[in-house]
Amino acid sequence: MRRDAKFGLALLLTPLLLWLSLLIFIPHIDLFLVSLRERVGVGKYDISLANYLTFINEPLYMWTFLRTAVMSVVATVITLLIAFPVSYYIAKMVKGRTQSALFLLCLVPFWVSELVRTFGWMILLRETGIISNLLQSVGLASGPVEMLYNDAAIMVGLVYTSMLFMVVPLVTTLESLADEVVEAGYDLGGNGLSVLREIIIPHAMPGIVSGCIVVFMLCLGNYLTPTMLGGKESLWFTELIYSQFIVRFNWELGAAFGFLLLILSSVIVWGMLRLTGQSLEKTMG
Amino acid sequence: MIPSIPQSKFLTVSYAAYVTLFFVFLALPLIVVAGFAFNDSQFPSLPWEGFTWNWFFGSERPMIGVFHERSILRAIGTSVFVALCVSALSICVGLSNAFLFNRYKFRGQSILYVLMLLPLVIPGIVLGISILVSTSRVANGLWDGFGWDVEALRPGLWLVVLGQFSFITTIATLVIGARLQKFDRTLEEAALNLGASRMAAIGTITLPYLAPAMIGAFVVAFLMSFENFNTTLMLVGSDAPLTIAMFDRLKEGSTPLLNAVSLLLMVGSSCLALLMIAFQKR
Repeated sequence: MRRDAKFGLALLLTPLLLWLSLLIFIPHIDLFLVSLRERVGVGKYDISLANYLTFINEPLYMWTFLRTAVMSVVATVITLLIAFPVSYYIAKMVKGRTQSALFLLCLVPFWVSELVRTFGWMILLRETGIISNLLQSVGLASGPVEMLYNDAAIMVGLVYTSMLFMVVPLVTTLESLADEVVEAGYDLGGNGLSVLREIIIPHAMPGIVSGCIVVFMLCLGNYLTPTMLGGKESLWFTELIYSQFIVRFNWELGAAFGFLLLILSSVIVWGMLRLTGQSLEKTMG
Repeated sequence: MIPSIPQSKFLTVSYAAYVTLFFVFLALPLIVVAGFAFNDSQFPSLPWEGFTWNWFFGSERPMIGVFHERSILRAIGTSVFVALCVSALSICVGLSNAFLFNRYKFRGQSILYVLMLLPLVIPGIVLGISILVSTSRVANGLWDGFGWDVEALRPGLWLVVLGQFSFITTIATLVIGARLQKFDRTLEEAALNLGASRMAAIGTITLPYLAPAMIGAFVVAFLMSFENFNTTLMLVGSDAPLTIAMFDRLKEGSTPLLNAVSLLLMVGSSCLALLMIAFQKR
């Protein structure tokens, strides 16, 4: 029996270890090694930090990196602010059938590809689009209004795309908050604001953290939304990675960019977990 | 605020209005995409030129419908093929992982669990390029060392399958693991007491119990693979799956054909989602 158990363990460990090592660890090590290469001649490479130095010395790269990070944070905050009241409404204000129907309605848009959602926003926002036409017919605008191809359009797209990943964890944690606790808060003399601050938000913290982590990650790594909704000026860091890899075939620099993106997202995720005292197992698993 | 605490009428009404507005925001892009699939015009935008089915069934230029557009149909086929491979693979590995974390206690288990979750917090595009770099190193090595040209390691469908599998497996593991956690192990012990072998007990008791979660994981994996964009973009070769094919067309300018494809996608994925919910209820 002991030998059997050992054999079973080894059998079940094999796929896991193969998957993690061949598809996650070795590729990332390779990526790191390539990012340290500098091309000195045809087929000849030196180990150096040249690619990272290029990143630091070229203002466009640095600027795009910071812009992507800041805009992702802003998008995460906006998503949280919009999603929280809605999640609270679904979790606490309605019950039974209405509750599950509303929850399901929240999920529906996300069964559809991100491409379709972005396409929808393009139809709405562009010069010949619905909103522009609506504004003209109401008389608020005298000619066609172009609302696409700017940072605000990117923001709308990012918030829309990320909404589900905020609503689901929020609803799940808020549902587990007992009504009595909220009532007790009011009985003890709290008003709406203090109950929210002292009871509801602390209880929802695990949901807030996991929602924010996922949304931030998705915004940072998004390629489609910034490319389709953003203009020439609004570069996203993933676009730089794509152009280095696929368009310019400069894998060394592209790998360095990829690694920087990975570090940025890991640092922010780790920091967020640390700051709120949560762990990855609890928030993701 | 909760329903049992009285609130001012104004507050309750404006709260409900806010939630309504939120759902309008959610629905608007989808409704617009679906609506313009029936516009009798070359562009998915106003003015409305009248209703037509041509973007689905039309067979003559300039209005070639989805069902007559070869490249789109082929892309759908490619996507289905990739999605089936990815879901089948990730279900198998996910099932194995779920048993590993549920049934065994070993040193380093908690670390391994965290490592298992990592693919979820790696940006998709980074997963894509790292696999691209790694496989092309292996492919180049095989070519230089042995003169073997391994087509499967060059950008193409097999790399797309590998890339998507690398993070969808985590999700399959979580979905199946959550159900296995709720399993009452005394049922399995009863089967063992009644003389069943270990494998027979798992096959007749545990796996049927896990079936809804496995179907659920399959559907989720299928949809995630079908819709995946970032990882696929970096690994794709000449056979483009649907999302990539649509993206290329969208860059060149859009016709209501794309709306028609999108509408079909919406219908297809909602059917799958409903099917899954029905299975979970049973």
